[in-house]
Parts: sequence; structure tokens; C-alpha cells
Amino acid sequence: MAARRKGAAVSGALLALPVVFFALFFAYPVAAIVARGLHVDGVWRLGQVGEVLGDSGIRHVLWFTAWQALASTALTLLIALPGAYVFARFDFRGKQILRAVVTVPFVLPTVVVGTAFLALVGRGGLLDELWGVRLDTTVWAILLAHVFFNYAVVVRTVGGLWAQLDPRQEEAARVLGASRFAAWRQVTLPALAPAVAAASLMVFLFTFTSFGVVQILGGPTFATLEVEIYRQTSEIFDLGTAAVLTLVQFVAVGAILAVHAGTVRRRESVLRLVAPETTARRPRGRGQWALLGGVLTSIAVLLVLPLAVLVQRSFATPGGAGLGYYRALTRDDSGIFLVAPIAAIGNSLQYAVAATGIAVVIGSLAAAALTRRDAGRLVRGFDALLMLPLGVSAVTVGFGFLIALDEPPLDLRASWILVPLAQALVGVPFVVRTMLPVLRAVDGRLREAAAVLGASPWRVWREVDLPIVRRALLIAAGFAFAVSLGEFGATVFIARPDNPTLPVAVARLLGHPGDLNYGQAMALSTILMVVCAVALLVLERLRTDRTGEF
Amino acid sequence: MLSLDQATVRFGARPVLDGVGLDVAEHEIVCVLGPSGSGKSTLLRAVAGLQPLDAGRVLLDGRDLAGVPAHKREVGLMFQDHQLFPQRDVGGNVAFGLRMHHVPKDRQDVRVRELLELVGLPGAAGRAVAALSGGEQQRVALARALAPRPRLLMLDEPLGQLDRSLRERLVVELRELFSRLGTTVLAVTHDQGEAFALADRVIVMRDGRIAQSGTPLEVWQRPADEFVARFLGFDNVVEATVSGQVADTPWGKVPVPEGTLQGERTLLVRPAGVRLVSADEGLRCMVAARTFRGTHVAVRLQPEDAPRLEAACALREAPEPGDEVGVAFDAAEIVVLGRRGPS
Repeated sequence: MAARRKGAAVSGALLALPVVFFALFFAYPVAAIVARGLHVDGVWRLGQVGEVLGDSGIRHVLWFTAWQALASTALTLLIALPGAYVFARFDFRGKQILRAVVTVPFVLPTVVVGTAFLALVGRGGLLDELWGVRLDTTVWAILLAHVFFNYAVVVRTVGGLWAQLDPRQEEAARVLGASRFAAWRQVTLPALAPAVAAASLMVFLFTFTSFGVVQILGGPTFATLEVEIYRQTSEIFDLGTAAVLTLVQFVAVGAILAVHAGTVRRRESVLRLVAPETTARRPRGRGQWALLGGVLTSIAVLLVLPLAVLVQRSFATPGGAGLGYYRALTRDDSGIFLVAPIAAIGNSLQYAVAATGIAVVIGSLAAAALTRRDAGRLVRGFDALLMLPLGVSAVTVGFGFLIALDEPPLDLRASWILVPLAQALVGVPFVVRTMLPVLRAVDGRLREAAAVLGASPWRVWREVDLPIVRRALLIAAGFAFAVSLGEFGATVFIARPDNPTLPVAVARLLGHPGDLNYGQAMALSTILMVVCAVALLVLERLRTDRTGEF
Repeated sequence: MLSLDQATVRFGARPVLDGVGLDVAEHEIVCVLGPSGSGKSTLLRAVAGLQPLDAGRVLLDGRDLAGVPAHKREVGLMFQDHQLFPQRDVGGNVAFGLRMHHVPKDRQDVRVRELLELVGLPGAAGRAVAALSGGEQQRVALARALAPRPRLLMLDEPLGQLDRSLRERLVVELRELFSRLGTTVLAVTHDQGEAFALADRVIVMRDGRIAQSGTPLEVWQRPADEFVARFLGFDNVVEATVSGQVADTPWGKVPVPEGTLQGERTLLVRPAGVRLVSADEGLRCMVAARTFRGTHVAVRLQPEDAPRLEAACALREAPEPGDEVGVAFDAAEIVVLGRRGPS
């Protein structure tokens, strides 16, 4: 009993910093802004909830948010599941690199994704030039951008598990008389179902709260909840409506996360898994080569083409291909910024490094507490809470920072640390998700073996845990870095005009008319994309399939 | 009933099955024996239709199976690690093949009950697969494979993961069961004891080829070559020159049975044919080690300048390590192996 109490105390100590962090920089700002909207002149105006939800415009936004998220999820599954199969079961040249390539979009800032699709399907975009086709006035641009963004989620979560399913399970069904399809349906699909469900929920979550993409591609016609919150907050200054919408989103996301947590827990419970290297083989027969070809084509068209167009646009100056737009980034006379746009690179990198540091410390502590076997139910509940920042309106968080952290002792408005703090909030869930499976996979008997050989608890951690976790830690740091670099919703509120980050600068350039601004936006996006892609390719070298759920 | 004709499978350039020909008669139990990597499992997969042949044919009841997909071959395969479906309970696993063959639900239930009784797990239909012990899993896998009444049942290392005493008991049960049901069986194993106890006929494989085929007694008594002899655990194998009824070996002159092939040969001396005599008679050896084997003691002997010898002694007569002994050979326990040379 005493030992158990001691264990709980250790978990509690590990969790102290993460809890304080989330309380101060997440719960407090969000609560503050909700209160600001609903608590007017000393009175709680809860009637506003009904009023807002009764508004037909708002109801339209809710409806659109839900159905576009569902449609995006369905479309992503439809396109990415064959990809997951190909990555899991086929061996082909360039597979490693391609796996990195399909992951690049996921860490790209939403603003860049929006910009890339604008360059592809928008006015004067590639399709417009070639065939006069424009999709930016239709919902298809948004749906396709969401597929682009979330392809990797499905390939990684579903494909990662698929690669580890023993192919002999299907063979066992085959010799018992099941056709190829029946064997897949009866044996593989039930095994994959929880992973498919988990991936779907993640995609649904990301698209339900989509901001940057819809902000750029949605035009005046289409708005998600998140975009509407931004509009109500920064354009109409209707904090009451914004607060209600934030609450609505909060409830919806909370429900989604609860379901997600349930499916993740069930995911690998009873499956027999094998090493992924042993299950892949070269495609055989015309059907399999055709499938591989189809998947490669879909990747080329949906994932590579938008990025290529973005790069191409950044060089397409009025006077022919050249570095004109890149050169313009170094001048500070545009009137849009107080500094040369190129300075945003330095800002972004500094902020991202600081945010990564914070996210890694907070995330690792939380992951360590969550893996302790004697962790109580309360601690395990914290697991789900850690995911919340991914789903709660970043706009709300950003604005909440501004109004909540403005008085002593927590007057951070003038401090540069405000931006990294907000970005770290989004980074922490990634760190936790990457570290947890690895920490949980450390075989307890290794620690026992080290202890029996004479290692003290501290030495055990240093000699056994650290070497195993180090790679995961690096990967987690890389993810946090890429996500911080691309964070837009919160940063757009709190980054100071003289210190814009890359995504903020891109959005601001796009918000001003003119070829030069557009070209510069493309050039900055290209730079941002390259930085993210390099970070990711370095990660891919480190990564094994067993690490992480992303 | 089953016959393979020049069956060949290559992984890249390496042949895993190299022109294998074999026949299994109706109701016969054939056991393929070989070390890991000798192509045994690939052989079963080729018959099941899970591994396409690069050359040759597989015939079942005279019908060429080329182009017949796995699910239409009506052969059963019990996988090495059973491959029970973890999402289904015991009954669901056993009924799987019946469902695939569209057997009506009520007849499925009857058959599942019947099979679980047959394998000694009556009433286990509702149990979760994960909760079964190794031996129980093996029984469920067997019931599942038998359920659709396959024309040929194939077993891949059927008892591989079980502990020794359980294995010895189950192998007897399996043989009884198969002869009662009249099942035609093709099994593969690396364990000679298992193969000899189970099979009517044993086929020894090496590097994708068949090294020897015969009844367990034939294979045990007359290994075809040095590889088979060593694989069966015989270590007293040497090069020898046979002339008349005497072979010239590194151990000196050794008597051989009448009618032995003459000339340069490989000679196998069974441990039982190595008799210990007093130190001043026969070949002088030092006792290097001795191992208690239950029915006898295996004694490792080191002659002065010749390869080590293994002798089997009665329990009471075994010398101590370090003792000096003499060795004499018994012609009846000496076998001249088929061919000489490395293969």
C-alpha cells in the first residue's frame, strides 16, 4: 500500500509541470475568452447560446463544418487506403523516400497548403491556364486540400498496422476455402478496423477544425466554425458569438476525442504482430502492378503536383523564370510589413526552436507519467486531455492569450515567449503521441536485468531507457518543430507586426492584391515548405515503423 | 493421390525447391524431415497454392492444380504457429472453413461440437483463443483444419512450439486419430523423433532436394548419405577404403558386414557398434565426456590421432571421464553409406 502511494506520488510529481502549463496557457486563456463573451456587466448571458445557435447563418456554418469534415474524411480514406496497402505490403524501389514525401504535406503549414491549391486550381492557376478549370469557387478545392493534408495520417496509422499483420492469417483463411476478397474481409478488415477508425477520427478532427486551408480556399462562400470564430473575433468583434462557437467546437471535439481514445486503446489488444520487413514483397501479376501504378499516380497528382506548382509559381516572375520574388522578400519598402518579409524566416526559426524545447520538456514529462504502471485513473484521464489543444480553436487560444495574459504577475503581452508558448500547446500532443508507444514498449525485464547487474535506478534509466527513447525523443522534437513552424491560427493573433512568422507573412501577402505580393507569398511558402521537408526527411532517417502513432 | 513432379520454386536466383518429385498415397502419412531452410515449408505452401511454382507440377487425384487458387484446392494446412484468428472464439475458428463452404448454420454447430470432442476439447467453443494454452491452440488448429474435410491435410511443424512431454503424447494421439479417420497427411518437421513416430514414410530434404525417402525404419537403419546420417544425430562418420570385409579408417581396421560395397566409401559406425574393451586391447582412447541418456550412457572417446568417437554403454559399465579404454567394433552396427563425397 505504501509502495503504491509512493508510485502515485512520483506520477503526480512528473505531471505537476504539464498540469500547470496546461492550466495557465490553455485552460485559463480559453476560459477567460469564453467568460469575456458570455459574462457581460456581471451577468452570465447564457441565453446567447440559444440565440447564436438559432441564427440561420451560424447554423449554415455548423452544417458546412460537419459535412465537409465527413466528406473530407471519406474522400481521404477512399484515396489513402489503397496507398496504405501498397506501402504495407509491396516492396518497390524508392519506397522509403516516397514514404517521406507523402508525409511532407502533413507537417506543412495549412497556409502553404491553401496557397499551393490556390496555385493549382485557383484563378490563374495551372488548371485555369491549361483547361480553364477553376475549383476555388467550389468545395472541391477544400476537400482535395484536406486529402492532401491528411493522406499521411491514414497511410501511417493504417499502413503501419497493416504492415505488421501476419500475412499467414489471410493464408490460413484461404486454405480453409475463403476467396482472396473473403479472406481480406473476414480476417484483415476486422484486424484493421480499429486503426481505420482511429485514423478516420483523426482526419475528421483535423478537418472539423480546419482553419488555414478554408480561410484561403473558402472565399466568402465557405466557412468552418474555426473560420467563423476568427471572423467574429477579429472582424466583427462579436465576442459573445465567438464564445458560443468556441464552446460548441469544444464539446464536439471533446466527444470526438473520447471516441478516439476508446478505439486507440482497443487497437492492438489481441492482434498478433510481426516485423514489418517480413511482410512486404514485390508486386506480382498485372493487378498488383496496376494497383501500385494507380497509387503512385494519385500521389503524383494529389500530393506532388500542388507542391510543384507552388515552387514553379515562386519562380514565374513577369519577366520570365527568375529569382525576382525571392529578391523582393529582402526589401522592406512594400508597406505591408515593418520589416523585410525575409526576416520572418529568422523569427519563425527562433520561435519554433523555443516552442520545441517547451513542448519536448512538457510532453516528455507527461508521457513518462502516463507510462508508469502505477499511474492512477486520474493520470490516465490526462492522456485524452493532452489531445485537446489539437482540436480546440487555435484562434480562441491566440485571442485568449491576448486578453488573459495581460496583467501582472502574468503580463506576457510584450514578451516574445508568448508565441512559442502558444505553438508549444500544439506541439505537446505530438510529443506525447510519439513518446508513449516507445516508452510503453520498453521491456520491464530489461530494467530488472540492469538492476540485478548492479545498476541504481538512475543508472537504469540512463543505460536502458535513454538509449531506447533517444530516437523517439529526436523524432518528437522534429514533429514539434515542424508543427510550431507551421502554426497559424494562434500565432496570427499574437505575433507582433514587426515580428511576423512565415505562415503569418504568407497570409498577409496573400491578403494584399498584386502579382508581386502573390509571387512573394509563393516564394515564402516555398521556403517554408523546404524547411519543413528537410526537418521531416532528417526524421525519416531516424524513424522506425514502430515509433509513434502519426 | 498427391504427386509432385519436378516442382521448383526460386526466391530470386536461389532455388528453394529444386525439382522435387514425391507421391503421397491415399490414407498415407508422409513426413518431410529436414533442417530449417531446407525448403520444407515452401513445399507445403506450393501444394496449398500459396506459393506459385516456377517449374514443375502439383497433381491432386491426377488433376493438375496449376491455376487453381488456394481456396479451391480442398487441402488443409495447419500453420507452424497455428494462425488462429484472434478476433474469433474457438467455435468461430473451427467453423470458419464450414462457413466458407456455405454449410448451413445448424450443421456447422454439429460439426464444430463433433470436432472439438475429437481433439479432446469438448465444450470449448465459447472460449477466447488468447486464453488457450499452447497444446490447446494446437488442438483447435487441428480441428479447424479438419472441419471442411480436406482431401489432404498438411501440417507445418505441428508440435514445434510445445514442450517435450506434451509433444510425445500428442504425436501418438495424432497418429491414432489420423489412422482412425483415414486422413491423408503430409507433414513437415525438423524433429526426427516426431517424424519417425508420426509417419508411415519419411522424406529427408536438404537444400530444396530430396535426400532420402523410405519408411522410418529404413531411413534410420540405412541413411542414404553422410548428410542424412549426421542429421539423424550420428557423428561417427568417416571416410574409409573398403576391401573384402574390412574397411581401412582413421580408427584403424574396422570389420564391415558381408556384401558391402567396395572401394572408397563413407562409413557410419553406430554408437552401439563401438564396444569398450580393456585399455590394452583394440584402439586406445581416452574418455572425454559422458552424458546420461536415460536408457544408456553416451560416451565421447578421444583416440590418439583420429576423430572423436561416440559409444553407447549400459548404465553400469560406463567409464569415468579421464579413464583409458580400448575400443572394438561390431560389424553388425556398421553401415556403408551410399555415396562418398561432400554431398
